[in-house]
Amino acid sequence: MSATHTSSNMNAYGPNLGTGTWAVVAEFDSPEKLVSAAEAARRAGFKKMDAYSPFPIHGLSDAIGFRDMKVPFSVFAGGLTGGAFGYGLQFYVHVLDYPMNVGGKPLVSLPSMIPITYECTILFAGLTAFFSMLAYNRLPKPYHSIFNTPGFERATQDRFFLAIEKEDPQFDPEKTAQFLRELDALNVSEVEA
Amino acid sequence: MAKAVPLNDVLITGDYNYEQVEEAIGRLILQPKLHKTAWWLFLLGGLGGAGMMAVSICWLLYQGIGIWGNNVPVAWAFDIVNFVWWIGIGHAGTLISAILLLLKQQWRNSINRFAEAMTIFAVMCAGLYPLLHTGRPWVALFWLFPYPNIMGMMPQFRSALEWDVFAVSTYFTISLVFWFMGLIPDFASLRDRATNKLGKIAYGILSLGWRGSNQHWHRYEQANLLLAGLSTPLVLSVHTIVSYDFAISQVPGWNVTVFPPYFVAGAVFAGFAMVMNFLIPVRAYYGLKDLVTMRHIDWMCKVLLATGLIVFYGYILEVFYALYSGNVYEMRLLDQRLHGYYAWSYWALIFCNGIVPQLFWIPRMRKNLVVVWLVSLVVGVGMWLERFVIIPLSLTNNYLPSSNKPYYPTFWDFAMFFGTIGFFTMLMMLFLRFLPAINIFEMKDLVHRIHRGTSKIEPTVANQNQGAEPVAVGADR
Repeated sequence: MSATHTSSNMNAYGPNLGTGTWAVVAEFDSPEKLVSAAEAARRAGFKKMDAYSPFPIHGLSDAIGFRDMKVPFSVFAGGLTGGAFGYGLQFYVHVLDYPMNVGGKPLVSLPSMIPITYECTILFAGLTAFFSMLAYNRLPKPYHSIFNTPGFERATQDRFFLAIEKEDPQFDPEKTAQFLRELDALNVSEVEA
Repeated sequence: MAKAVPLNDVLITGDYNYEQVEEAIGRLILQPKLHKTAWWLFLLGGLGGAGMMAVSICWLLYQGIGIWGNNVPVAWAFDIVNFVWWIGIGHAGTLISAILLLLKQQWRNSINRFAEAMTIFAVMCAGLYPLLHTGRPWVALFWLFPYPNIMGMMPQFRSALEWDVFAVSTYFTISLVFWFMGLIPDFASLRDRATNKLGKIAYGILSLGWRGSNQHWHRYEQANLLLAGLSTPLVLSVHTIVSYDFAISQVPGWNVTVFPPYFVAGAVFAGFAMVMNFLIPVRAYYGLKDLVTMRHIDWMCKVLLATGLIVFYGYILEVFYALYSGNVYEMRLLDQRLHGYYAWSYWALIFCNGIVPQLFWIPRMRKNLVVVWLVSLVVGVGMWLERFVIIPLSLTNNYLPSSNKPYYPTFWDFAMFFGTIGFFTMLMMLFLRFLPAINIFEMKDLVHRIHRGTSKIEPTVANQNQGAEPVAVGADR
């Protein structure tokens, strides 16, 4: 996790890996400071940034300007699929594949088909919630440039980080670092990809 | 929603910061020396039980279920009693992790991980019984699951037993996913704290490369809330469907509409009792008294009391239904329950579930950990007796006189039952050793809220009495 702050074109990883700046990262010691810094950065016009914290901070997504509803909609779709699957399975088996007259009851005896339809809805929706969360988050991902930040192991303990990435149109290593330093950061470092 | 009541003991007693929360929870895993003789004794005892379970299963598969006391008319016996008992115990975990999350009850944070682990292990124990009850589980695959096979066999979806297969397997899957998702950020914490290489690698893999990014948290919270919302109707449906196994039949004492709510309440009742049976010794032994406070115990006792009253109401209704139905078989069953061969089990049930929990009306009793622990134990026994009263009693008092013969369990019935208890204990001990027993990131969030003063429960100790003597537990009374 030690980052060397050199920007030579070649290193042990080859010509492209581990070279060049990925982002400028500021470290804060409280969630409030992180939120206000994120807000300031958004007002300053930065777009490609992300915050890192040991626990979810409410209001941080708004401060960064991050909105995302993909997970809830996927879960809804998953639930519908599950319900259709559960009902369809029973309909196929009891009506199409192997119709069986039990005590003169109708083949489509709807009340008795509800429990399995219901359980399948929940099963599919729940699994979609978990796997879509991972997929949209691009997890599992063992390596990420942010891990090069000095002291980043404390991002899961008690420190709060804000990274403004090189992709951002306004990014400038010097000026962005200076901007972050003025936001009451503990320290600011330039992190390599 | 909880009212903002000033309390003298709060969700976290003492003035904790993020680092200390992490240390208090993480050290159970990262400092193996903390697990002393008692842990080893329980682990080895549990291992012995698991071994007994394994022997019991092997003998059963070799010999057939004739080694159990099950026989017509009591085709459902210890195995189904134990199945319902175990699955009920699991329900407290989901209640704590899902329903209390939706109700924004922050006190759940300290106990949800523990209770969820219990859920998963209890459902594992529960699932064994119906599978083994089929006698040849490898053949049961064809008629339990809709597995397309060359014989053209498909399950009968109109059967409550088939609903059970779907309910229990969905419940296990969703509980496992929910639990693992909650663990991901904590695995990342442990990865970054671990000092030895093995720990770093193992927790690194399990954490899936979690980096605490805000975008990730954003989607994580959405998924978490949705899973909670999905688990809530799920947990209610699972025990409802388990109760349908009985309620949609015509056996006297089973064909009652009160079964679903009464089973669900009974499940939560038994589950909370089991949580306390494990949590009270663990919090004392591992010094987690500041994170699992007397306030938590107090609340759990109240939940136990409330669900106990619902269950007791169910018992009263059963008597009422029998009398009101005017059905001779129902009334004969009632008579058998009150005065018959198994009357001891009925009265023991009333004593365990109806009378003993009433102690919790007295605040002093909810503060006495010995009393709380013993009452929880009695409730656990009582809930087992409840299923015993429901199953063999009704089956031996059927419509035909030929059914009237007593049921006796065999040695292997008991071996299997105590074996699963051992298996459960072993898994709980391994859980304490290798996984964070309390949700680290939610506790940090709670610390953050307490320090900001936005927690619903006013943190009198944490903010106002800093450095002062801890106020006597429950001094609000």
